Order: sequence, then C-alpha cells, then structure tokens
Amino acid sequence: MTGADFEGLLRELAPQVLGTLVRRYGQFEGCEDAVQEALLAASVQWPGEGVPDNPRGWLVTVASRRLIDQLRSDHARRERESATAAEVVPEEVPGTDDTLVLLFLCCHPTLTAASQTALTLRAVGGLTTAEIARAFLVPEGTMAARISRAKQRIKAAGSSFRLPDGGEREERLRVVLQVLYLIFNEGYTASSGGELDRADLAREAIRLTRMVHAQLPEDGEVAGLLALMLLTHARRAARTTPAGDLVPLDEQDRTAWDRALIDEGIGLAKASLARPVLGPYQLQAAIAATHADATTAEETNWPQVHALYLVLERIAPNPMVTLNRAVALAETAGPAAGLALLSTLDGDERMAGHHRLLSVRAHLLEKSGDPAGAYQHYRRAAKATASIAEQRYLQARAARVKP
Amino acid sequence: MQFLISLHINPAVLDALTDEEKAAIGSGHGAFIAELKESGELITTQALVDPSQAVVVSVVGGQPVVTDGPFLEAKEFLGGFYLVDCENKERAIELAARIPDAAITGLGVEVRQVMFADGQLEA
Repeated sequence: MTGADFEGLLRELAPQVLGTLVRRYGQFEGCEDAVQEALLAASVQWPGEGVPDNPRGWLVTVASRRLIDQLRSDHARRERESATAAEVVPEEVPGTDDTLVLLFLCCHPTLTAASQTALTLRAVGGLTTAEIARAFLVPEGTMAARISRAKQRIKAAGSSFRLPDGGEREERLRVVLQVLYLIFNEGYTASSGGELDRADLAREAIRLTRMVHAQLPEDGEVAGLLALMLLTHARRAARTTPAGDLVPLDEQDRTAWDRALIDEGIGLAKASLARPVLGPYQLQAAIAATHADATTAEETNWPQVHALYLVLERIAPNPMVTLNRAVALAETAGPAAGLALLSTLDGDERMAGHHRLLSVRAHLLEKSGDPAGAYQHYRRAAKATASIAEQRYLQARAARVKP
Repeated sequence: MQFLISLHINPAVLDALTDEEKAAIGSGHGAFIAELKESGELITTQALVDPSQAVVVSVVGGQPVVTDGPFLEAKEFLGGFYLVDCENKERAIELAARIPDAAITGLGVEVRQVMFADGQLEA
C-alpha cells in the first residue's frame, strides 16, 4: 500500500468511525478529537506494521480509548475503562448512514460558512487541521481556533445525532450541498503549491459529493451538483497556460479536457434532468454539459444554453445568472441584445462595480466593434478583481483592443 | 477571504490624547485581538514604531543611500495592521469598526482585500 492509499483508506474510514463513536457516546466534540488522534496513530503505525484485518474496528477501539482517557481524569477509573474499551469486539455498525448524519451535523445552520467548511473537511473528510489550514492559506492556529469554536457551537446548540425529518431535512441537505460546492470552488478558483494544493480541495469535494450521491441516488440536485463538479473539474488542465494565465472557455484546447470525467458528468446531468423537480445545480450541470458536448467552441449549442439560463433565472433569480444569460444571448442574437440585457443590471447594488459585469460588458463591446469602450471596461474590470490570474487576463485583453 | 486592516495614525493626534485615552486604545486593541483569536479570524497583527524612526533607502549609482525619516510627506503614517481571514467584506468592515482608532478623528482604519500571499504561515 502506498502513502496515498493509506490516506485514501483513512479518509474513507474517518466519518464512519466518528459516526460510530458519536452514536455510542453522544458527544460530538470529544469524539471528534479522539478520532483525529486515532487517525494520527494509524498513519504512524500502519505503514510500518501493516493494515489490521479490521481497520475500522481498530480505529473505533483506539478512538474509544482516547475518548475515555479524556473523559475520566481519575487514574484508577481510567485504567478500568480503557481495559473495557480494549475488550470491545469491533462490531459491524452500518456506517453509511452515519456519514450523512455527520455531514448534516457539520453543516449546522448556526455555523458560519467558513466554519461549516472547515468542520466538514475535518470530521467527514478526515483532513488534519494543518492540511485544512494550508489549503485555505491561513496559519494552523487560526484554523484550530475556528474548528474548536465550531464544535463548541454545535455543543451549545444541543444537536442530537440523527437525520432531521421532512422539510428540515430537505433544507439542511441544501446547506450541505452549498458547503460542498463552496469547498469545490475554493479549490477551483486558485492554485498554489504545497502538499495539499487547491486541486486536492476540489477532488475532496468531489469525493464527498460522490458519497452523498451514493446514499441519496434519487435526489436530482445531489446528482446535478456532482455532474457540475465533474464537468468543471474535467476542464482543469485546459483552463490555464503553463505560466498560469487564464484561458477562456472558447479558447481552451478541448482535447486536454478529461474525457472520462466529462462522459460521467454528462451522463449524470442527463439522468438528473429527467427528475420531476428541477433545481439550480441540475440546470447548471445541464449548461456545463452542453458546453462539454461541443467538440469546438463554434459548435456550442447556444440557443440551448440560453434557454437553460432562462429557466435558471426563473427558478433561482440572481444577477449572476442574468449576466451569464447575456453572454449566451449575445451568441444567439448578437452583442447588442446582450448589452441591452446587461443594462438591466446597472441598478443592481450587488453588481455595481463588480468585475464580472465590467468584463462581460467589455467583451460584448469588443464584439460589437467598440474597442475604445471595451478597453475602458477591461481596464476597470482588471482593477476590480481580487484574483491575479484574472487581472493578468483582463489586462492582456485590454492591451489587445487598445485603440 | 483575507483582508488587511491598516491603521493610519497621525502622531500629532496621538500625542494630544490624554493618558486615559491612550490606555483605552491599548486595552481596546487587547480585547479586539482576544476576540479575533477566539473566532479564528486573526492571521497576524503587527504594530510599527513611530515614523520618526523610519529611514528611506534608495540605490543611487549602485550605492545605497539612506535618508532619515519617513518616505511620505504627510501627516498620517502607517502605524500597524491586522491581517484577518473572515467570511466577506461586510464582516471585515464590521471588525474594523471595532478597532478603537476608528472612533478617533484624525486616525484612519482602512480595509483592503488581499490578492496574493506567499511566505511562511507559521511565524
């Protein structure tokens, strides 16, 4: 077994072990610490001594011992309890369900999105605090404080370890999907060095979403989100030049796209569209699938993209969706129509001075034969973005149309 | 999202404060730092010495030339900063408003998002 295999196995087992412990002992906070310690012990021992026959049972036993160590400060009692814990015969507990319960717990609505993300990666993803801190480019102490605060909040909220019912369950699942999408986007938007770089974060989000999809195969939005992630991740290699510059979709080398991921994504997107209720992830996946279906940018089925954005705008109105629809409209009805749609966003506070609005307008002005206007907007958009890659791209576009 | 909250001081304004007011600023920062640490939003904070202690370095004809005093010919100078990692710009502004300097006319608190970072995280 290689180091990566160990890591994969531990990440797979982490939520199952934690779920078993929380179910047995009730408290999330202490169990979570104990599981982290057990994972650490396994990552030290297994590579040398080999993986035990029942790795999950091993982890449950070690984590239980640690937990009881924490719970009982009295020495004699600790001895007795540890001895008992060591005798526990690793039992087969249905672990699959618990992972979902854990995920719901980590995405507790009283937590901020940043805390939900960190806690999910640690408790369900099995990542260490140091790995999460590196991925989010903050010091380990900062991330440790955030995770411990999140655990305290869950404790204070008095959450019980069970799946919520009915409408509440549906609502919480939306939060879970949002958190997974956030983790994915964190890994998608930037890249940097380090052991756990941001591509790993995107892969982790895909792995967790696959897990949710395996448990809720009937949920169209879960399938839609997974499809959206796969289709987006498939383009990763073509998205930047070796120097790190952004390559827009229409200029990407489509042979560099990951065909296997695309096929899987398209299949999932198509299947999820057949569901009676359509959600925003399914529609975004369908849009991504339409792009992926075209072998060249010119062959893109823009009327279909536009129609999908129209439906998306109806079920989930949002200025960003309108912005994207303007791009599709410009492709089908000409840049003037796109610019006219953009002007409806001018009064929107959320969009005022937003670099995406500025850059799309610049792009459409360029297409409509107004290089001076395009130049101004590319320059303004470059100033407004917080991403260096995007800034370099927009400055290059500005230089290209400079009158 | 990471933000730099920079503290722009006017040494003359600081000098004019009473001892109690100066002490209140100090304890205000202490409480603010404790709060940021607990919420997990603090990355680092640094305070700078008085601008009169600054020197400006330039290289002229391949030789370094060192001049006493700050580079800017201004009344206000960078006094220090907080580097925070928080949910969004609104939260960064909310945090900045809690810094005691923000309540004193003549001292400035500025919020700007970080665009690029490199170097060691654990100092």
